[in-house]
Amino acid sequence: MDDKKWGPWRITVYALLIYCVLYYLLPLTVMLFNSIKDLDELKAGNIMAFPSKITFEPWVKAWSGACTGITCEGLSGYFWNSVSFVVPAVLISTIIGAFNGYVLTMWRFKGADAFFMLLMLGCFIPFQAILLPMAQTLGVLGIANSTAGLIFVHVVYGLAFTTLFFRNYYVSIPYEMIAAARIDGAGFMLIFRRIVLPLSGPIIVVTVIWQFTQIWNDFLFGVVFSSGERQPITVALNNLVNTSTGVKEYNVDMAAAVIAALPTLFVYVVAGKYFVRGLTAGAVKG
Amino acid sequence: MGALSIRKVRKSYAGLEILKGIDLEIAKGEFLILVGPSGCGKSTLLSMIAGLDDVTSGDIHIGDRRVNDLSPKDRDIAMVFQSYALYPGMTVRENISFGLEIRKVPQAERDATVDRVAQILQIGHLLDRRPAQLSGGQRQRVAMGRAIARNPTLFLFDEPLSNLDAKLRVEMRTEIKQLHQRLGTTIVYVTHDQIEAMTLGDKIAVMKAGELQQFGTPNEIYRNPANLFVAGFMGSPSMNFIKAKVQQQGTGFALALESRGKQFTVPAVNGDGLGAYLDREIIFGIRPEQITEVVDSHGPNPHVIRQTLDVELTEPTGPDTLMLVNINGARVTARVCPDFAKKAGEQMELMFDLTKSVYFDPKTEQRIQ
Repeated sequence: MDDKKWGPWRITVYALLIYCVLYYLLPLTVMLFNSIKDLDELKAGNIMAFPSKITFEPWVKAWSGACTGITCEGLSGYFWNSVSFVVPAVLISTIIGAFNGYVLTMWRFKGADAFFMLLMLGCFIPFQAILLPMAQTLGVLGIANSTAGLIFVHVVYGLAFTTLFFRNYYVSIPYEMIAAARIDGAGFMLIFRRIVLPLSGPIIVVTVIWQFTQIWNDFLFGVVFSSGERQPITVALNNLVNTSTGVKEYNVDMAAAVIAALPTLFVYVVAGKYFVRGLTAGAVKG
Repeated sequence: MGALSIRKVRKSYAGLEILKGIDLEIAKGEFLILVGPSGCGKSTLLSMIAGLDDVTSGDIHIGDRRVNDLSPKDRDIAMVFQSYALYPGMTVRENISFGLEIRKVPQAERDATVDRVAQILQIGHLLDRRPAQLSGGQRQRVAMGRAIARNPTLFLFDEPLSNLDAKLRVEMRTEIKQLHQRLGTTIVYVTHDQIEAMTLGDKIAVMKAGELQQFGTPNEIYRNPANLFVAGFMGSPSMNFIKAKVQQQGTGFALALESRGKQFTVPAVNGDGLGAYLDREIIFGIRPEQITEVVDSHGPNPHVIRQTLDVELTEPTGPDTLMLVNINGARVTARVCPDFAKKAGEQMELMFDLTKSVYFDPKTEQRIQ
């Protein structure tokens, strides 16, 4: 294969890639197009067509006027609901994960491997399996049906993943570096703060993106462990789409779906390059 | 009491004994080398001195303190690691002063120390760089600087030069020796390189499979190896070992040798202990530098014999040419001045200086004195 010239091989590869790009962009494009069409055009025309008259009315309605069940106040309240538990849940699970990873690699205790194995099992437990025991636990803790409860659920469920991420990243930090710091006189917390955390940039980004996406997009925990006004945006979106009074406003549905997806999109765009870097580069140059 | 004493120290991991009772003691200002092949337990011993590993039994004293139960930071030690173990997120300056900062040394004093250390190691121009921006040799210097800055009573070096290329290694070796002379501190230095051991050490502890084989000055270790292992490990090219039968010769003993059908004997100099081995095989040890071209300066000496042998292979090293001959089925290396060296297949008269001959029991591999 020659790589300078546009040979048939090269053209084939590019054609295939462009096809794939279009294929993946198509749903998003359809959603965006139809979220800025008015209802008449939507009903009359082709859903693939570019809107002839652009209107942001559906977006406004989705945000502040659409009916989600009994109330008709749009997604805005639920959006902030989601933010209010996703941000703390992401931060807490990331911090604890980093800490767990640090302990599991640098301060190995008796049974650390068994502990890690058990924790890893958590990655394979389906959401549905823990619904009932979790409901009971939340009840006992007195945080059922609250934002704190939802944060708790997501932190617990996310820990297995965040610990795995940090642990696998930290095993590449040479033990000698920790030994050197111990001899220098640094203690457990100081080594974590001054030596280990400053090296953790890429893996923190990976974990934050992962956790943010998981928790923001979660529907099941949201629908089970919260109700009414405190529900997350995913549940509200579902209610909005399924509310069946009057005319089915597909443009509003589309706008609402895009609104619900925007934060994860935003996180990817901002931190995506670190995501790839963090996933591939495990080695810490010392 | 010495600066460091190690008494009956043992270490086992899950029933496997790594160190089998080590006894060592060095005085203040001495440079101790722990040397041995990989897996001999030398690095484990160093980790135990540092407090990074627990002692299974036995005592370690630094100065007059028993340190078994002290944490690394309370042992007043500093350590230089093979991988340098610099903190990647910190500048060189921060790396060096980190230990001082933790010990709450005032800022002004810290700055003064960093300047002093930078001056000693000539790393002043690197102080604001990060470890990733340094070469291997520079990182090594910074790692030493970090150790020096704290001014501990005991320095520990864990194979500090083995990640450097050959030329730099020799340079840094000299520098470490100069540093030791200048600072006069007590050093424990782990290496698997016997040349490093010989050049740097005041005392050498040769270890193998968790046991101390011999402990002494470089000269003692080289001249009077306690057993076959030490004799073979120290010295490059290593000592020749020739299996030979002990014969009576006058009031003393001789060794029967043979090379390509040619029979000859050499007197067993210093072989008083060979009486018990009469007519039995022992291992005769002679270093390559004791087999040379004929040099007349010795005069008539019964401990120096000449023998013409077939040259099988030559290896010029520059200052010397190593010539391989066959004696009693063993390859024997002679160290010859290049001007006199013959080619493979030729014959050459060689001179055996037997004054430093050593003998070993073939079964126990211990020295026969």
